[in-house]
Amino acid sequence: MAAMTADEISAIERRFPDVFHRPAYKRFWPLFLIAGTVLYLVYALWFFSLPQVLRESHWERLPLFLSQWISYDLQPEFRLDQPQITPKYPRFSALGENPNPDWVIKNPDGTFTVQIDGDAKSVTFDKTRATITHDGVTVPIALTGGKPVVTGPVPDWVTVHDDEIVARMGFAGEVRVTVDRVKVRKRFLGWANFVFDTRSPFFGKSAGEVISLIVSGPELRPGTSNLALAADNIWNNAQWQHGDVWTKLLQTIVMAFLGTLLGGIVAFPLAFFAARNITPSGLLSQVLKRFFDFMRSVDMLIWALFFTRAFGPGPLAGSAAIFFTEIGTLGKTYSEALENIDDKPREGVASTGANGLLVQRYGVLPEVVPVFISQTLYQWESNTRGATIIGAVGAGGIGLKLWEAMRTNSNWANVFYMVLLTLIVVFIFDNISNFLRRRLSRTLHDYNRLQAAQG
Amino acid sequence: MTVSATIHSEATRQQANAWRRQTSLRRFYTALGIALLLVAMCATMWFADEANAGHFFDRLPHILDFLSWLVPKDWSDVWRALFDIASPNDKGTQEFNFPLGRVYVWGGFYIPEYFELMLTTVNVALVSTFIGFVFAVPFSFIAARNLTPSPVLRLVVKRFMELLRAFPEIVIAGLFAAIVSIGPVAAIIAIGLHSIGALGKLFYEINENIDMRPEEGLRAVGANWFERVRFADLPQVLPNFMSYTLLRIEINVRISTIMGAVGGGGIGEELKLSISRGFGAKTLALVLLLFITIFLVDQFSAWLRRKLVGEQAFLMSA
Repeated sequence: MAAMTADEISAIERRFPDVFHRPAYKRFWPLFLIAGTVLYLVYALWFFSLPQVLRESHWERLPLFLSQWISYDLQPEFRLDQPQITPKYPRFSALGENPNPDWVIKNPDGTFTVQIDGDAKSVTFDKTRATITHDGVTVPIALTGGKPVVTGPVPDWVTVHDDEIVARMGFAGEVRVTVDRVKVRKRFLGWANFVFDTRSPFFGKSAGEVISLIVSGPELRPGTSNLALAADNIWNNAQWQHGDVWTKLLQTIVMAFLGTLLGGIVAFPLAFFAARNITPSGLLSQVLKRFFDFMRSVDMLIWALFFTRAFGPGPLAGSAAIFFTEIGTLGKTYSEALENIDDKPREGVASTGANGLLVQRYGVLPEVVPVFISQTLYQWESNTRGATIIGAVGAGGIGLKLWEAMRTNSNWANVFYMVLLTLIVVFIFDNISNFLRRRLSRTLHDYNRLQAAQG
Repeated sequence: MTVSATIHSEATRQQANAWRRQTSLRRFYTALGIALLLVAMCATMWFADEANAGHFFDRLPHILDFLSWLVPKDWSDVWRALFDIASPNDKGTQEFNFPLGRVYVWGGFYIPEYFELMLTTVNVALVSTFIGFVFAVPFSFIAARNLTPSPVLRLVVKRFMELLRAFPEIVIAGLFAAIVSIGPVAAIIAIGLHSIGALGKLFYEINENIDMRPEEGLRAVGANWFERVRFADLPQVLPNFMSYTLLRIEINVRISTIMGAVGGGGIGEELKLSISRGFGAKTLALVLLLFITIFLVDQFSAWLRRKLVGEQAFLMSA
């Protein structure tokens, strides 16, 4: 390409003045925007006192909590100050009333061995000394003095406190040794007692045993079939509360469905009176539009709190909150869809002498119904997610249960179970709504093509 | 409607019959669909009513009782509550202790408590939208089919964003409340993570619909991936990105209010407390402030969006 002469360059500059000589505010607005954002962020840092919050936060808890989502631990304790050393398990331990796990071994010489991760990570002890083994490294501890003493070098996974020695073994667990007791925490991958809890007669049996009991075993509880008993035990599992969780999940689904449907039913006729091109009076249109804005701006939270107070906590309050918000949202979108219609079919129907209602039915509805349904489905989908959150303020459903399970910071596996169920529900409903909307848009597409073909 | 024209030939008659059959079948399906929907509606209504603490028809006569605490004896108390001015009705209870909430900034100058809380809520929404925007933009370039540097990376980023979007915010908030202490910072992290997923999806769908010719031009002169994205893609999509971000701010203001009610700080917490204790004047002041703020944010964002991309219909996305 030949080089341009100075004349050609200035000719181009003169031809496109709005590109080469832009006013200062247009040239520098990105800079101003970035500078403004940076200033705002500095302010926000100060406003939320972020450095202090981050300094005081406990990030070491994050991996611990996350590992608790998919695992559980058992914590046997051995008292050394009693005549006979026996393992003691906390009440409601995942092992049930008669725990006798094979990883707690009573040796012939009177010592105990607890295997935390096979033989690689274990602790062996009697009343006078304890030996902790961790991946080939052995740490002997003497317990005869007033406090536990490590005899030999202390590796970095062992912490020596005044009266306690703590050996951390990562995910597998930990051992805490004092003069009068040995406490072990052993972590297992998975969810404990997910099907049957420790009180169930089916507890601790393999799947094959349970099936054969149900099919041909003797009645475990006289008067009820084993199948009914098993179903009852699963549904009322004390630790996982399957029955309660599934009922609450259904409540969340119902809240979103009922709220959106009722909102749509009420918004449908109102939208015709709010649409500028259809309404019989401009004043009515304005009033209705402000009413829709009002229902939307008085947030779902406020409605939820009010209805919780009026009806008591539960899905009725949640449905009513979604219903009131949806009147606003759907009313607004419906009336906007009505304002964008093609007026010719309406005129055609009106020219045949049809009355007002018939004009709407045959001149307007065929055009807007697919749009209405598609927007309602979209709202339904988003309300299914939203219903989880407003549940937490008392409006019923799985949200409140989630929030309560999280507050104690101890039951993360239950939280994860409910999260998984919520994710599955959201996924299923997204796909149903997407499928229906795709079908609709195909109908719309065919309709448009047909119209185009007919000129 | 009936076909009343005279039917001439056998072929036309057949056509008319087929049309009638089709119409009646379609009407039957429509009626069936509506009937099923109505049955589902009644069943779910009954279910919701059964599961609720108070039942609809038992509570209905008491709706007005509920309104009676909301209407204050002295309407000026609403303004006093809003601006933290001492009330003559103050008898030492929490219901009328308005001046106690004043946040003094400079000497005698103070920000009323509720404005301060509202500011917290809006700041949570703004900061979390910013977090969402900053991460969603690079993710969207990786996740767009036509721009992605590697198909494997695209799949990973897409799945990651899907997970962030679907994960209930309340769980993230609860998890981080245990780590960074309960309050607005946990809410920022939760809403920010969700915004990354929500904005990222909208952004990469915009990216997939761009005009690829500028990109090809830059590729022809040997521009690398960053240069192509910066000079060919970004100018096309930035107005749309901005307008979706503004829409996200509207949504995030609402979510941060709700987060406040479950311990995320800000106005939600105060509102929940005030409603559960039945403080009429305080509740009305809070609802008024919240209503005006949400309304103003919505209007401002709608105005700015119209300036950015002109009249264009947007689907509301959550």
